[in-house]
Amino acid sequence: MKYHILEKKNLDLFIKNMLKKMKVVAPCEKGNGNYVFKEVTSANEIAFKYIPTILPPKKYLMPQREKIIEFSMEDEKFTSYIENEKIAIFGVHTCDLSGIQCLNIVFNDKPVDCNFLMRKENVFIVGLECNSYCDEYASCALVNAHLPNGGYALFFTDIGDRYIINVNTQEGEDLVESMKLANASSSDISLLEKIREDKKKIFKNEIGVEAAKLPEILEKSYNSKIWEEVASKCISCGNCTNVCPTCYCFDMEDRVNLDLKTGERIRTWDSCQFETFAKVAGGENFREERSMRQRHRVFRKFKFPVDKYNRFFCTGCGRCSRTCMAGINLKEILVKLSEESKF
Amino acid sequence: MKTLSKKIEITESKWLYRKGTIINTKMMTKTEKWFDIKLDDGELGHEPGQFVQVEIVGVGEAPISICSSPTKKGSFELTVRAAGKVTNQMHKLENGDRINIRGPFGRPFPVRQMFGNDILFVAGGLGIAPLRSLINYVMDNRRDFGKVDILLGCKSPKDMLFYDEIEKWSKRMDINFACTVDKSDPDWKGNVGLITTLIPGVNLNPERTYAVVVGPPIMYKFVIAELLKKNIPERHIVLSLERHMKCGMGKCGHCQIDHPKNYYCCKDGPTFTYDEVKDAKKL
Repeated sequence: MKYHILEKKNLDLFIKNMLKKMKVVAPCEKGNGNYVFKEVTSANEIAFKYIPTILPPKKYLMPQREKIIEFSMEDEKFTSYIENEKIAIFGVHTCDLSGIQCLNIVFNDKPVDCNFLMRKENVFIVGLECNSYCDEYASCALVNAHLPNGGYALFFTDIGDRYIINVNTQEGEDLVESMKLANASSSDISLLEKIREDKKKIFKNEIGVEAAKLPEILEKSYNSKIWEEVASKCISCGNCTNVCPTCYCFDMEDRVNLDLKTGERIRTWDSCQFETFAKVAGGENFREERSMRQRHRVFRKFKFPVDKYNRFFCTGCGRCSRTCMAGINLKEILVKLSEESKF
Repeated sequence: MKTLSKKIEITESKWLYRKGTIINTKMMTKTEKWFDIKLDDGELGHEPGQFVQVEIVGVGEAPISICSSPTKKGSFELTVRAAGKVTNQMHKLENGDRINIRGPFGRPFPVRQMFGNDILFVAGGLGIAPLRSLINYVMDNRRDFGKVDILLGCKSPKDMLFYDEIEKWSKRMDINFACTVDKSDPDWKGNVGLITTLIPGVNLNPERTYAVVVGPPIMYKFVIAELLKKNIPERHIVLSLERHMKCGMGKCGHCQIDHPKNYYCCKDGPTFTYDEVKDAKKL
């Protein structure tokens, strides 16, 4: 493991250095206690202490609206392309690093999604450690996403007046080299180790049930009344899935230009919470009830991906609960389900 | 200085189409139209039970079951009910019109496992379309299978699809064929009643029979109950489920079955054995 040191007063130099090669996006204050990832040109625009942004950084890898194909009707021409630029996502918390890894698994699954993979090639990720909880909605310790598990080029940990930077890729190394950042001393490393030790005391399993037991608990709870309880509050707005760093369901749509000769196929985010999501043209709806759709969402985080990829597709970021207008809380659902399955 | 946004072509994109020409069409009923399609790049390369995505440029895509057997060379066939945006537009297409296809997609019927067994086909309504890809495959390889029974049900005689072909099946000596309609009309001389009424009369050896059932969700419920009464093992009951497969690549999420296990209809299905999906509330 290679570690470097960046003095906090040199943060702006670091951002400016990245800007020489690429566009930089980072968490910024949006007002009302909200944060967003957006383009920055200096360090003072960045919120270094922030709760998870409204939308996760998945928007840079799988945009809300993405042109997949351009077509021309007269000559039957279809062209698939992406508009791509080199971009650095700075200040990504470990929950969102985990989210990007989940998307990466899905889109690498055959048949691969070329759009995602090409976008990913041009994304330079700089992680940022949370030394304590963002707020009460988070459940990152449950899924072990409170610690870095790869998925970045560089990873920043605040150790007082400096950041200790873990280098994970050659591209990251090249950037650090170009700035001639000092190597971390052994006392810096022991500071980092102390932070990690302290984190063990702060970050504790938030629901009191081992994550490994969740797939089994869910299987037992398939017909639980709890889903109806949740459904009685749910208004099917789809906010929970839109803000989720691992939700990737989408819709495809043809758009014809005003010349009526050319157009494009667009991929947009979709939500399994919408009433028509599983409806077929003949009229049959295979997830008609809100309770079925809420259950589906939770199964897609803690059961299905475990079967398929041996990984939870919840990163504990807490966005779904934070954003829910009806006050549906994922942690509460999991606690209730595990209590019920004991009987 | 920032690098400017670059437009890069993705030649290996899975979203690109195979182009083809419609070489024959026929209105089968008021709402179902049959298409014979020849691809520019050769054979479709499908197996019985698979589906394709049909793209009508500017309108969108719809997943459609392939209703012809791979033993038929040179072109493939689709039977399309005008139900949504794309299929209604598709009904306007005629001979010589161009069409765009992605696929084939999905897990086919377990044809090789069925070799050497008796086959009982049960088709309800439009279910005959995907089932016909297998029925014709079995007919063309008749020697590889044991006894073959075909049970067919539809709403009324005028809703019957593949009428000419079905008449031929009914005359063949190497298959047993029975047909029923929910509601008769004056010219109808056959059975009247639900398809479930035909099952008790079938003489079958449950140990060596595969029942292949395709129809609407409500039909599955009652037909499967009858088949289980006949002691056909759950893993020998094969279904083809309908869901809205939007991408065909196991990603978009629309076709995922409402089931405790992780089943995408487009990749893990559309064909399933009953033991795989019996926990789903609606098949």
